[in-house]
Formats: sequence, structure tokens, C-alpha cells
Amino acid sequence: MSWITALRRRPVAGYAVVLLGLVTVGMGYGALAGPGSPASAAIPGTVSPQTIAQGKELFQTSCSSCHGVDAQGTAQAPSLIGVGAAAVDFQVSTGRMPGKDVGPEMDRKPVTFTPQQIHALAAYVASLGGGPAIPSAAEVTPTGANTALGQSLFITDCAQCHNFDGAGGALTYGKFAPALTASTNTQIFEAMLTGPEAMPVFSNTTITPAQKRDIIDYITRLRAEPNPGGFSLGRIGPVTEGIVGFIGGIGVLVFLAMWITMKRRES
Amino acid sequence: MSTTEKLLEGTGRWFDDRLRTARPVRTFLRKIFPDHWSFLLGEIALYSFIILLLTGTFLTLFFQPSMTDIAYHGSYTPLDGVHMSEAYASTLNISFDVRGGLLMRQIHHWAAILFVAAIVCHLLRVFFTGAFRKPRELNWLIGVVMFTLAFTEGLFGYSLPDDLLSGTGLRILEGVLLSIPVVGTYLSFFLFGGQFPGHDIIPRLYIIHVLLIPALLLALISAHLFLMFHQKHTQMPGKGHTDTNVVGQPMYPYFMAKTGAWFFFIFGVTALLSTFAQINPIWIYGPYNPSGISAGSQPDWYMGFLEGALRMWPSWHWDVGGYTFAFNVFVPALVPLGLIMTGLAVWPFLEQWITGDRREHHVNDRPRNAPTRTALGMAGVTVYGIMWLEGANDIVARFLNISLYLTTEIARYAIFIGPVVAYWVTKRICLGLQRKDVHLLEHGVETGIIRQLPNGEYIEVTRPVDEEKQAVLEARSELPQIEAPVGDDVPAPSARGGLGKLRVSLNRVLTESIPLPHGNGHQPNGHGNGHAGEPTAVTAGEAGPESLEQADGDGSGD
Amino acid sequence: MSESQPSHGLAPEEDGGRSRAPHRVIGTPPPAQARTLLGEAPGSAEPEAPRELPAGPDNPAKASTAEKVIAACFLLSMLASIGFIAAYVGLEVHSVDATLRSNLALGLSMSVAFLAMGVGATIWVRSIMPNVEQVEERHPLAASHEEREAFAKTFKEGAEASGFVKRPLLRRTLIAASVPLAVAPLVVLRDMGPLPGTSLRHTVWRRGMRMVVYGPNTPLRAADFSIPGQMITVAPEGFTENQDVLAKAVTIIIKFAPGQLVPNTPSKPGTIMNWTVDDIVAYSKICTHVGCPVALYEQTTHHILCPCHQSTFDATNGAQVLFGPAPRPLPQLPIGVDSNGFLIATSDFHEPVGPAFWELG
Repeated sequence: MSWITALRRRPVAGYAVVLLGLVTVGMGYGALAGPGSPASAAIPGTVSPQTIAQGKELFQTSCSSCHGVDAQGTAQAPSLIGVGAAAVDFQVSTGRMPGKDVGPEMDRKPVTFTPQQIHALAAYVASLGGGPAIPSAAEVTPTGANTALGQSLFITDCAQCHNFDGAGGALTYGKFAPALTASTNTQIFEAMLTGPEAMPVFSNTTITPAQKRDIIDYITRLRAEPNPGGFSLGRIGPVTEGIVGFIGGIGVLVFLAMWITMKRRES
Repeated sequence: MSTTEKLLEGTGRWFDDRLRTARPVRTFLRKIFPDHWSFLLGEIALYSFIILLLTGTFLTLFFQPSMTDIAYHGSYTPLDGVHMSEAYASTLNISFDVRGGLLMRQIHHWAAILFVAAIVCHLLRVFFTGAFRKPRELNWLIGVVMFTLAFTEGLFGYSLPDDLLSGTGLRILEGVLLSIPVVGTYLSFFLFGGQFPGHDIIPRLYIIHVLLIPALLLALISAHLFLMFHQKHTQMPGKGHTDTNVVGQPMYPYFMAKTGAWFFFIFGVTALLSTFAQINPIWIYGPYNPSGISAGSQPDWYMGFLEGALRMWPSWHWDVGGYTFAFNVFVPALVPLGLIMTGLAVWPFLEQWITGDRREHHVNDRPRNAPTRTALGMAGVTVYGIMWLEGANDIVARFLNISLYLTTEIARYAIFIGPVVAYWVTKRICLGLQRKDVHLLEHGVETGIIRQLPNGEYIEVTRPVDEEKQAVLEARSELPQIEAPVGDDVPAPSARGGLGKLRVSLNRVLTESIPLPHGNGHQPNGHGNGHAGEPTAVTAGEAGPESLEQADGDGSGD
Repeated sequence: MSESQPSHGLAPEEDGGRSRAPHRVIGTPPPAQARTLLGEAPGSAEPEAPRELPAGPDNPAKASTAEKVIAACFLLSMLASIGFIAAYVGLEVHSVDATLRSNLALGLSMSVAFLAMGVGATIWVRSIMPNVEQVEERHPLAASHEEREAFAKTFKEGAEASGFVKRPLLRRTLIAASVPLAVAPLVVLRDMGPLPGTSLRHTVWRRGMRMVVYGPNTPLRAADFSIPGQMITVAPEGFTENQDVLAKAVTIIIKFAPGQLVPNTPSKPGTIMNWTVDDIVAYSKICTHVGCPVALYEQTTHHILCPCHQSTFDATNGAQVLFGPAPRPLPQLPIGVDSNGFLIATSDFHEPVGPAFWELG
């Protein structure tokens, strides 16, 4: 082990230790941090009374304090009568609900419930007043979708908030339209259908399920697409390009200019 | 003589027989170029321009400047069947169906980014070192014109692919034109060939972008370089550097090699950026459509300050007599731009009027030695920077979690408070640095050796600064006093009247500076001469007579 | 000149072999007195001028190491350039993945080629070339007094000789001739575009024109747009491919719950209820600031936000401006339903859409 002792005294040793510490902490955090939102619950054709009862129990524990004992709403939270299973599935599977800090909006955060529990909650709320149902797997699978139409619809009705790449954007008073990077196909469908928080509603009679599928197809393709030109710089456009141009371009060139013109030591 | 020598000799004689080249080319080869890294900033712009010409020519071989609508059936499958202009389709073609096409597009765009960035850095260097002073005012003006042409060229260039992002920029251009009183609607209809978007704008921008502006730029760059050659480059202060010489290395072989290396570095860094940093991914933006828009839409960085001005301006307008003055648009779009460009253009002449300094200057100022000019420059940079930040305010709001409206409200106040603070802070810093220089001259450099005097006192031994450093510290262009009063209380002719009084008070502010130590010597043992207190700032009018005796401006102050 | 000596500038054949009288030759000296550009002829009588530049490097040992490094750089550059050509020939594009590979290969080889050259050249200057510092004297840029006088004299004499100064009739008529000549090139630009006329005041919307959902381009029933909080972009039927039309006519419709819309009153502008149907209101999608599509609708606050410069409009209140640089509200499009329940416009906008212009009034 004497080689460690020998290296310990080198000036670079300090940096090596710091680097090791950073890597360890980073990997540890990555391992411990919550997973991305799970796929939302697949919905069977019928829902059993036991599931609804389980959902009611979960609701009383986790939701009723803000949404009211019968989901009728209180000063802190709106009524859930008629919002439908789709809304519940979206909110809970993205971790937005149960809501914690009440801010301008609820953000995606680690999920509290298992898919089965989410399914039960959704069934319970749907039993209270109906509302949009959770889409089937077929409805959100983009095979054979019309990507061109999806592109057109996305740019016309989605990009103004979510950005042409789905990177998200600022809204008023501290709200923002979130990035679509972590959204599952079902969640995208449900968000369009139910119009969560500030997002408008895009009902199935205005944008049909097939057209929603086209939009999902476009979003998922774009997301999966590699960046042929290099690192994407966030795909948010000229702002990051300008920063990189100055720091990576002019900055590097200034150092090279200093090298070229440095006074030479008389040797 | 070897074969090579014979060949060279023969060639040389062939040209000399016809053009008498021996003497001028020899002078050219022996021309001295002073060395400083900041002198290479202008060359970044020059070589970026050459890169733009080369890659641009490649692009013109494949680009179709046409707004004719077609359905796309190329290699980029997510847009298959989508209707778009031929311009957009040909850009997709270059990106995905021409080998090296994407690389060329990216090099072209990164080179444009670097081109304008280098111009700005070069402009700031020339400004802060006073290199625009006589005899270089003409070159400065040419530079300001080239700066304007450069970002206009960039705006037109990135609008050519007719994608959603740049098309939005053209829409904003249309809105700006419309807002201009009296002639606005005519200007817009004439540029676009009718209503927006029409079918003419892309072909028209194309010819301006590939022919007209590059031709103008080539001519101006040639004039700029010729003037620089003819007047010889300025040099930084240093030992033996005077206003009547140039110290450095000759063009041949030194500067040729260095500038050649620099060209390769610039091309290499640009190519490296184009390999690893994706720029202008128009396939993600999609073709332009006037019914679509994206959150976080910005122009390229050099147009950002105009975008910011448009965002921060309140909605002032005035409807009178059936006409509308749309102040909310044409003021932010044109006034800050006009002020900045006009301010830059007139500054050398304004400074000359205020200081009364009509001498030639070939040794650069250290920015700290012109505190007011440097502070004004930083104030200008701050105004530009605040507008630029506001142009990205929705990105800032999104990623720094600041409320959107708050960013605009802050910008509206910061645009006034910021430059004042920047001016004051910069000036204090400059004066402080000058004091430090004077301290070094008077007291020398600390050696770290502690000595005990017989009476028990401990002192740190100092040594005088070395000659090279001393020359730099003492390099000042002492400014002439505006004409002295004629009689007892009768002011000089140029100091009379409202304008004259203004000039005198501006002179007082502009020439504020910490004076060099009297006698300009440094004490050998570095103890100082017991002067009382800190040196205070004086203006040219109050500086002692001995520092103004030399009017030849050689900067040494002896 | 004897016959044996060649005449300057003429080959012996052309000379006809006859002796010619010596003639003045300007220019090329005879070969025996050739100047040399490089080095001195051996045994030359002229003294050597002192060297301006040293012949070799300051530190030959360091220079020879540097030479190897530089050579390696240049060789690396050569390989990279060959690699560039190979990558171009060998790598196809025609897909996003293939383009990525091609861009990476071409770009990396090009970068290495250039940067290696730059590094090599820099080390060359710094380690092979001897360090020199030379001084060149500047001469005052201004010409001497005599030269300036001479110039002034030449200029003045020329002006006098030209007759320009003394003959005002010539001068004035010349200027008079130049004015229209200079104006003519501007005049021929007139046909660059039509006159605006009143075209900015109207869109294509007419009574009875159906609205279609932009994208699928299908008409929309009011009954299918019945959930409060809905918003969608619509365009006039039949014009969805016409960008000139869309640039003014594209519209957003928003559905509200009963009671949310604030009616227009004489004292306070608001939503014109006659122009709505079933609490569905239609506004122009073209921002009144500089024309970006304004479509960022927040269901919770009823704000319509334009993402370009953040003009904000209140959708319940006739799109009055709440924040930002827009000078006037978004024009409201009068809408209704036709006999089949499809949403239609009942007239054009009652005011011009889009940015303010001089004649807006």
C-alpha cells in the first residue's frame, strides 16, 4: 500500500479525493432517488367493488384533507366530482398528487402510490361522478400514426407552452408548462384529455383519440431522436447556442491567442 | 544557386519586370506587427468571414431560395408528407441527404456566431484602449458600419431556411416595419411583395445575403485592412514603445506564420463546435407556419438586444386623427439600435472635442488610465447586456424559477439603474487601479524580506519595479489642457458660451485621473518621500505644469 | 553594335542578321548584371549588408525536439485530412443516425486536421524561429507643407482649367441633370410590392364561413366543444393551405362555463356577448404587438399569453391587455352556428387584426 502513501503527497491527490467523493455521492444519490413515474395502471374492462373500496380508503387517508371527505372540494383544492379516472391517473402517476407545497402549480415529483393503488384511486373517483376514462394501451400506442398531422397539431396547439421540442416554457406568475421528457404516452393522452391545472382541455370531440395518438407519435419520435449535429445544448435554441459560442468559442480562442503571442522565455 | 532559389528568383523578376514589386513587397515583408493576444480578436472576425464565404458557397450549391409549397419526401421521416417551402425542404436535404451537408451548415452558422462575437470583442478592445483616436477614426467608422452589416447579414442568413423559429423573426420584422409612421405599411408591402408572408421574401433575402452584403463587407474589410497596414497597428504600452515607432516582429516569416496558425485554430475550433454542438436544428422547429409558435423563441444572440427591447417596452401608443403612433414597437426596435450605433460612430469625435486632443496616438491606453471612458463603455455594455438578458427572459424565468413578469419589471428599472451603477463602480475600480500603479512607482515592489532597523522598527524591503513594468506603469498620454484663460477671468474662446461651458465641464469629468508621481521617479530604497495621504484624482486642467510640458504624447511622462 | 551581339528584345532570326543602331532599352538589364533576390553572387564586390534576422533558432537543442513535435503534428493533420476524405467516401447519410455518424467522423477529422496544423505552426514560430524584436520608425502621417501646397495647386488649376468654377450655368445644369438620374433607380423599385390599400383592414372571414380545426382541417360542432376550459386553433374552411390568409385569419376559440365571460358595457370594454355562442368566444390568434401567434392559454387564470414578448390578454374580458407591450386587445371574431350546428363566423373581424400600423387610427 506504500504506493498510496507515495501518491498521497502529490498535489493532484487533493483533486482526486474530491473527484472520488463527488462520484460516490452522485452515484449514491442516483441509486437512492425515486424512480421516474411508473407506467400508469392498465385498466381492465370492468372495475370490481373491492377496487373501489380500496380506492376510497386510500382517498380518505391521502386526499380528503384537501379535496374534502366526499371529494366535493374545499378552499384548498377543487372538487373531483366528474374529473374522471384519467385525471386521477395523470395527477397521481406523475407524482403531482398528493400535493405537498402549495405553489403556483404542482410539479412532477416522486410517485407515492403503486400502479395498483393508483388504479384503485382512479376507479373510486370515477365512481363518484364519471368523467374521462383512462385510455387503453391501443389508444396510446402510436403504430401507424400520421406523424405529419401530429407535427402540425403539436406545433399549432402545444408548442406555444411546451416548446417545439417539448422542453417546457414559462407561464405567468411563476407557473410553467413542464417538459415532456418524462411523460409516458398515457400521461400525454390524459393531460390533453383532462387539461390539468393551467393546461387547456383538448376533448376527444375536438382532437380525436386518433389525432391524440398522432401527437403522441410525434412527441415520442422527437424525444427518441438522436442529435445528429452533436450535443443538443438543451434543444432550446439560440440562447444556449450563444452561451456556448462565447464561452466555448471565443473563450477557447482567447486562450489560444494568449499562447500564440506569449513572450518567450529567453532560453 | 539551387533550383528552388533559381525558381524563386525567376518568379520574383518576372513580377518585378512588370510591376516594380521589389521595393513595396520588401517593405511589406519587413512590416512590424506588435504582439498582444487582444490584437488577434479582429482576425477571428476576418477568418470567420473567410470560413463563411467558403462554407456559404458550398451551401448555395444545394439551397433553393424559393417559397413554392411542396410536400416533403426526403430522408427525415417525421416530416414525411408535410407541406413546406422549397427553401425549407432544400435545407433538410442539405442536412440529411448531402454528405457533409449538416457539417457545412453547422460550420456556417457557428462561424457566423463567432464572426459577430469577435467583432463585438474587437470593438470593445479598440474602445477600451482608445485605439480609435486619431488617425484611426475612419477605420473605427468602417468598423461600426461592418458591425451593423454583420448582424444584418446574420439575421437574413438564418431566416433563409424558412423554419418556424426564423420565420417568427420575419413576422416580428413585418410588425416592426408596419409600426413605422407614415411609410411603415409601404415598406412592409414592398419588402414582402405584398402581405406577409407572401412568396418573395426568401428569394430577396437570399440575394442580399449571398451577394450584396458580402460584397459590401469584402470592400469594407479590404479598406479596413489597408488602413491598418498603411497607418501601422497600434501597440500596447511598454519599454521603448513610443508614438513614433512600432515594436514587434516582422511580417515575414513571423507574422505570416502566426496568422496562418491562427486561421487554422479558428477553423479548427469552429469545426470542433460544429462536430459536438448542434446548432439551428431546423428539423425540430418544423417549417414556418404563421399559425404556430414555440415557447422560448429567440433570435440568434446578436439580435437578442433588440428582442429584449421589444419585451421590456410598455404598450405606449397614441391614436390621433385617424393615425396611430405605435411607440410600443418602433421605439424599442429602432431607438436603442440607433442610439448605440450613433453613439459608437460619434464617440471618437466627441472625445476629441471634449479633450481637445488632436495629436496622433499610436500607443494604446491602458483602460484604467482613461477611467471615465472605460466607465462609460461599461455603462454601455451594461445597457446592452440588460436588453440581451431580457431577450431571453422566458428561458431565464423557466430555468431559474423566477416569475415571468418579474423579469420584465426588473429589466424596466435595471435599464436605467444598471448603467449608472456600472459607471460608478467601473470608475472607482479604474481610479483604484491607478492608485495602485502610483503606489508601485513610488514605493516599489515588496520583496518579502523583513529587516529590523537599529531603532527596533521592522520594515519590509521593497525594490523598484523593473524597467519593462515601469515603462508600462508610466505610460500615459497626458491630455492637453483646454485653452487657458486669456486674461484674469476671461475664459478662452473655445470655453465660452453654453457649448463652451458644457465642454469645460465635460472635459473635467472625462479627464479625471490619478496623476503620476511628481518627478516620476521611484525611490531606490522604496521608502517613499513622505507625501501626505492618498493621491487624489485630478483633471487635466488641474494637473501640475510639469506633467503637461511634453506635448509630443510619447507616453513616458519624463 | 556588331553582328555577333544580339539585339535586345529581338531574336537573331527576326533581326535579319543586320547590325542595327544602338537603341534605348528601358527595363531589362542584360543578364550579366542580373540582380539576385537571394544571397550574393560569389565573389561579388559589394559588401554584405548586416543581417536583420538571425539565421537559426536560439536554442538548437530545443529546436530539434520541437521539430519532431511539429512534424508529428503535421503528420497527424495529414492523416486526419485523409481520414476526412475516407469518411466522406465511406459514410452515407439519408437517416438521422447515419447523419450523426457522418457528422461526427467528418467533423472530428476536420477539427483534428486544422487544430494539429495550428499547433504545429505555433510551436514552429515559438521554438524554431529565433526570438526577435524589431523596431520600425513611424513617419508622421500628414504630408509635408510643400506636398499639401502642391496638391492644392494641382487641384485648383484643374478646377480652373475644367471651367467648372467659373461657369455656373454648366455647374447648375449638371447638378440638375444628376438629380433625376439618381432618383430613377429608386423609382424602378416601385413594383417590388403592391400598395397596401385597405388590405390590412380585412381578413377572409365572412358570414357563414365554417371554422375548421387547424391540422385535421375538419369542421367543428359547438356541441363537440362543450367542456369549459377547452381551447383550440381554428382556420377558415378552404384556406388552410394559404399562408397569406392564415397570417391574418387564424383564430383561437375558448369555451367557458356559464357566467365566466364579462360582457361588454359602454363604460367598461369586455366580451361582446352577441359575438359568442354557448359561452364559446373567438379571438384573433395574431398578437396586436408584432404579429406572433398568441395562443398560450392558461385555463386557471383565463390569461392568453403571447410567448414572443409576453403580452397578456384576459380571455373572459374581451381580451383586454393585462401586461406587456401590446397596445390593444385581440380583436374578437363574431361567431355563431349554422343549421347543422357547425361553428361559423357571422362576419369578418370588426377591426384590423395584428400589429398596429400608421393608418390604423
